[in-house]
Amino acid sequence: MKKLSVKTIVAIGIGAALFFVLGRFVAIPSPVPNTNISIQYGLLAFIAAVFGPIAGALAGLIGHFFIDFSYGWGVWWSWVIASAVFGCLVGIVTLKLKLDEGEFGTKGIITFNIGQAISHVIAWVVVAPVLDILMYKEPANKVFVQGITGAIINIITTAIIGTIICIAYSKAIPKKGSLKEEN
Amino acid sequence: MNNLFNYIEKKSPIHDLTGATKLVCLFLWSLAAMTSYDTRLLAVLAVLGIALFPVGKIGVKDVSFMLWFTLVFLVLNTILVYLFSPHHGTEVYGTCTYLFGMSGHFAPTAEQLFFQLNYILKYFATIPFVLLFVCTTNPSEFAASLNKIGVSYSVSYSVALALRYIPDIQKQYHEISQASQARGIELSKKASLIHRLKSASAILVPLILSSMDRIEIISNAMELRCFGKNKKRTWYMARPFKALDYISIAVCALLLVISITLTVVNGSRFYNPFK
Repeated sequence: MKKLSVKTIVAIGIGAALFFVLGRFVAIPSPVPNTNISIQYGLLAFIAAVFGPIAGALAGLIGHFFIDFSYGWGVWWSWVIASAVFGCLVGIVTLKLKLDEGEFGTKGIITFNIGQAISHVIAWVVVAPVLDILMYKEPANKVFVQGITGAIINIITTAIIGTIICIAYSKAIPKKGSLKEEN
Repeated sequence: MNNLFNYIEKKSPIHDLTGATKLVCLFLWSLAAMTSYDTRLLAVLAVLGIALFPVGKIGVKDVSFMLWFTLVFLVLNTILVYLFSPHHGTEVYGTCTYLFGMSGHFAPTAEQLFFQLNYILKYFATIPFVLLFVCTTNPSEFAASLNKIGVSYSVSYSVALALRYIPDIQKQYHEISQASQARGIELSKKASLIHRLKSASAILVPLILSSMDRIEIISNAMELRCFGKNKKRTWYMARPFKALDYISIAVCALLLVISITLTVVNGSRFYNPFK
């Protein structure tokens, strides 16, 4: 594995801490158990878009692990891994975006949102239920309903919150060539 | 921070175990409970897990909040399993015995009830142990133990950073949220869901922008101190292994071996009394 830069390491740590705080204290429960209306995935998508797939995966893994850990209901590994998968996928999809150079136009918004929607579907409708069935032998239709509900809610929240954060962040950064020499 | 993770400082044999030992035991234990659906093994694990509480000097009072939380979660999940597939048990055990002379889609079968019993037992096999781990492991020791069991130290350091900054970010979130609410941003149930999401992002933007600054500052400070230059590093909270550490790891490994053997002997992950 390539050696992680110091900045990525710090981004993983802070990203996981943010993920934890948002997931633990700002969650709104939805009618289906295991699935909260969680705004932390908007943040995770943003971290992954700025710092890349490894940062996204590890921030999701550590943050989600701590959330489960602090509730004390046992660590639900299938869902923790799904969070990591989501972070990693968004990181890969958005590799071409230059968010840290202040570029996030219409094209960027479309790439980001299509990418996050696909990643959510893979993470919650494929990875989490399949792992649930393999690890815990839960009935298939129950976990798929949970997964699909989670995916839909997460896609909506990520689309709103993730996009807003990305736009705000890219606007806060001076663009390349934004300074002009005065005559 | 200790409050957040429910760590309770006490003097007991379990507190004396190193963090690395407890982490390894947690992994082995959860794996053992995960692989097998054998009723007998799950019952043993559940009893053993509960029996460890007095050893760790943790009372029911200390974990009552978390227990309630888990129980609600468990009841909901059990009901859902029944609603979604009342015949999961019949599929798993291959026989179908209707109880109370009823038949139909939602009629209770002995297999389904047995499956649900196992399902509940599975929770009871893992949750007491996790609760115990949460109550007896100092979060600061956690990162050091990750490094000890073979996770690279940069990743362990990320974990340590996360633990270090959770309280700070929590405080900052609170401050920003209060400031925004004072300016009229509505977060309570009075606002519609979409509206609430929008208000949430109004808090998130300043929180995340300041966190990005934080990332910059911390990584500069770490680079100045040559973080990542050497192959190894030492940990302030790391402790050497004692005899009891080796014994506990051996016991947990044995449980995992039993779990795998039972799966092989039974021919499946389930213990089938209906054959």
